[in-house]
Amino acid sequence: MKQLLIFIRMEFYHVFRDRRTLLIMFGLPVAQILLFGFALSSEVKNLRIVISDQAKDANSRQIIDKIKASSYFITEEKTIGGNEIEKTLKKGDIQCVVIFPSGFGSDLQRFHKAQLQFIADGTDPNTAKTLVNYLNAIVAGYQKEISPPAALPYTIIPETRMLYNEESNGSLNYIPGVLALVLMIVCTALTSVAVVREKELGTMEILLVSPFKPVMVLIAKAIPYLILSLANFLLILLLSVYVLDVPIRGSIILLFLESMLFILACLSFGLFISTVTESQQAALLLSMMGMMIPTMVFTGFIFPLENMPWIFQLISNIVPSRWYYLIVKSVMLKGLGFVYVWKETLILIGMTVILLIVSLKNFKKRLA
Amino acid sequence: MLRYILQKEFRQLFRDKTILAMMFVMPTVQLTIIPLAMNFEVKNINVAVVDLDHSSFSQKLISKVSASGYFRYVNVSPSYKEGLKSIERGTADLIMEIPAGFERNLVREGSQKISISVDAINGTKASLGTGYLTTIVGDFNQHIQLNINADRTHTEQPYQIDTTYSYWFNPLGEYKYYIVPGVLVLLLTLIGGFISALNIVKEKEAGTIEQINVTPIKKWQFILGKMIPFWIMGMIVFTLGLLVTRLVYGIVPEGSLGVLYLFASVYLIALLGFGLLISTYSENQLQAMFVAFFFMMIFMLMSGLFTSIESMPAWARTIANLTPITHFIKVIRMIMLNGSGLGDIKMELLYEVLFAIVLNSWAIWNYKKTT
Repeated sequence: MKQLLIFIRMEFYHVFRDRRTLLIMFGLPVAQILLFGFALSSEVKNLRIVISDQAKDANSRQIIDKIKASSYFITEEKTIGGNEIEKTLKKGDIQCVVIFPSGFGSDLQRFHKAQLQFIADGTDPNTAKTLVNYLNAIVAGYQKEISPPAALPYTIIPETRMLYNEESNGSLNYIPGVLALVLMIVCTALTSVAVVREKELGTMEILLVSPFKPVMVLIAKAIPYLILSLANFLLILLLSVYVLDVPIRGSIILLFLESMLFILACLSFGLFISTVTESQQAALLLSMMGMMIPTMVFTGFIFPLENMPWIFQLISNIVPSRWYYLIVKSVMLKGLGFVYVWKETLILIGMTVILLIVSLKNFKKRLA
Repeated sequence: MLRYILQKEFRQLFRDKTILAMMFVMPTVQLTIIPLAMNFEVKNINVAVVDLDHSSFSQKLISKVSASGYFRYVNVSPSYKEGLKSIERGTADLIMEIPAGFERNLVREGSQKISISVDAINGTKASLGTGYLTTIVGDFNQHIQLNINADRTHTEQPYQIDTTYSYWFNPLGEYKYYIVPGVLVLLLTLIGGFISALNIVKEKEAGTIEQINVTPIKKWQFILGKMIPFWIMGMIVFTLGLLVTRLVYGIVPEGSLGVLYLFASVYLIALLGFGLLISTYSENQLQAMFVAFFFMMIFMLMSGLFTSIESMPAWARTIANLTPITHFIKVIRMIMLNGSGLGDIKMELLYEVLFAIVLNSWAIWNYKKTT
C-alpha cells in the first residue's frame, strides 16, 4: 500500500512538472467549454440582410419596421435589383435580400393579396432555412394583425414549448458533447503517454523486476489519471453550471458514477494504446491526431448520427464517447434515472472489461 | 547559402517516406471520407402525434404533416404522457398534441390552440422542426379558411402575403458544398501546422541545430529554408484536395482558380510561420505537439467550419478574426460557391498577408543561434 502511494506521488510529479501537459490537461477543457458555451451556439442570429423596398408604401414600411425590431437581423435598406443582388450576395457579408415589388401595398389593399420575395445565400443551408423561417413568421404575424378578425374564422394557434431548455440556451447541446470529447482525448492521450514514457526510457523494465506486481504497476499508473480526470470532470461541471447556466436535472451521484465508469473505459483504452506503441510520439499521434476527428464526428454532438451512411453509424457504436454522451444528456439535461441509461452503462462496462483484458494480455506477453 | 539549406531540407523530406506518404495520403483519404459524416441537414424529424380529438379536421392536419416529407411518425400516442416518454427515450424529437374538441372549438369559437412540445436540447433541430411544423399548420389553416371564405366578397377576405424564397449558390441546400471546401482547409492546416511545428524542434532533439548554428547562415535564411519545401508540399496537398473536391464530390469552383491559389499560397506562408514559431519555442517534439494540438483545436472550433461566425458574440468574433484559418475558410467558400472575385476578398487577403508577415518575423526573431 505504501509503495502504491509513493508510486502515485511520482506520477503526479510527472504531470505537474511539465506545464505543457497541464495546458492540455486543464487548459484545453476550460478553453473548449468556454468556447462552446459562449462562442459556438446552434442559435442563428446577427443575420445581415438587405431590404430592397421598391414599393415604399405604408404596408411595406410596417413590415420593414417589424423586421428591424427583430433581434435576429441586422438590416440595411437599399433599393437594388437584377445584377446588384448577385453582386451583394457575392461579397459574402449579406445573407439575404428581401424584395418588396413595386405596388406591394396597393396590391394588398385592392386584392388582399401581395407578393414578397426572399433571396437567401444558400451556402450554409441550415442558416438559410432558419432565416427564411424567421422572416416568414414575421410576415405571417403581420398578415394576421391587419386582417379583420371576422375574416379569419378558423384560426389554429400553435403553441410551442421548448422541453428541457426553456430559454433556448444554444450551448446546452454541446456541454455533454464537450465533456465526452475532452475526457476521452485527455484520459486516453495522457495515460498512453505515461506508460510508453517508461518504456522509452527503459524504466519500465526496472519497475517490472521490482517486487511490485505488474498489475499493480498498471493500477498505480492509472490511479493518478483517474483522479486528475475526475477533477477535470468536476471543473467542467462547475463551469457549466455556474458560468454557462446549464442545469443538472438528474441525480448528481448517478452522473458522477457514470463519469467514473467512462473515465475507466478511456484509461483502459489508453493502456491498450500504450501496449501497442513503442514511442511517446506514436502514442500521442494515435491517441490525439488519430482519435480527435473520429471522436468529434462519431460522438454525435455536432453532426447528427442519423444522417450518416450506415457504415458510419455502425462504426459509431464502438466509440465509447458516443454512449457517454447519451448518458449525460439523459441524466444531466433530461433528469432521467438509471432505468433509462442501463443499456448504455452496460455497453461501457463491457468495453472497459474487454479493453482491460486485451491490454493486460499484451502487457504480459511483452514481459515473457 | 539558402541553396544549401534547401538542398538539405529537400533531401531530408524525401528520405522519410512514411511522413511523405502521410502528408499526401492522409488528407486525400480523409477528405474523401469525412464530409460523408459531416451532414447538418435536418430531415426525418421524429414526431409523436397525440390526437385527442379524432375528428376529420385533426385527421386532415395529421396527414398534411406526414405528406410534407420533413417528418416521420414514431407513434400516435394516446396521451401527452405517453408522447413525453418517447421523447425521454430519445425516439421522438417533437410532440404535436391536438386537444379534445379541436374541431368543435374551431367551428364554434373561431380559434383553437394546438400544442407543439419539442426536445430543445439540440437547438438546430428544435428550431427548424418547429419552424417547419408551424408553417405546415399555417398552410393548413389558410387552406380551410379559403374554403370558408370562398363565397365572400374579396373585401371580407383576409390579407394574404405570398412569400417566395430561393436559396442561391446552393438551391437544394446540400451540405457537401458547405462542408467539403472547409474540410479541405482544415486538413491542410492540420498537416502544415503539425509538420512545421515538429520540424525545428526535431533538429534540436537530434542536436543537429548546433551544427547549423555554427555556420554563417542568417536567421531568415534558415527559416526560409525550412519554409520553402513545406510550402511546395502544402500547395501539392491543396491541389490534391481540389482534385478530390472535383472528382469525388463534383464541386466545380465558380470563381477563379488563380485567385484561390493566390490566397492559398499566402495562407500557407502564414500557417507555416505559425508552426515554425511553435517549434522555436518548444524543447522537444512532445511539447511541440501538445502546444500545436491546443491551438489547432481552438482554430478548428473558431474557424466557422461548424458554426457561423456571425452568430458569435463580439469578443468571439474578434478571436475568430485573429485566426488565419477563419479567413481562408470564408474565402474558399466564397470563391468556390459564390463565385466571388479578387475585389470581393481583398480585405481577407490583406489580413492573411499581415498574418504571414507578423508570424514569420516573430519566428525569425525568436529563433536564436546562441543558447
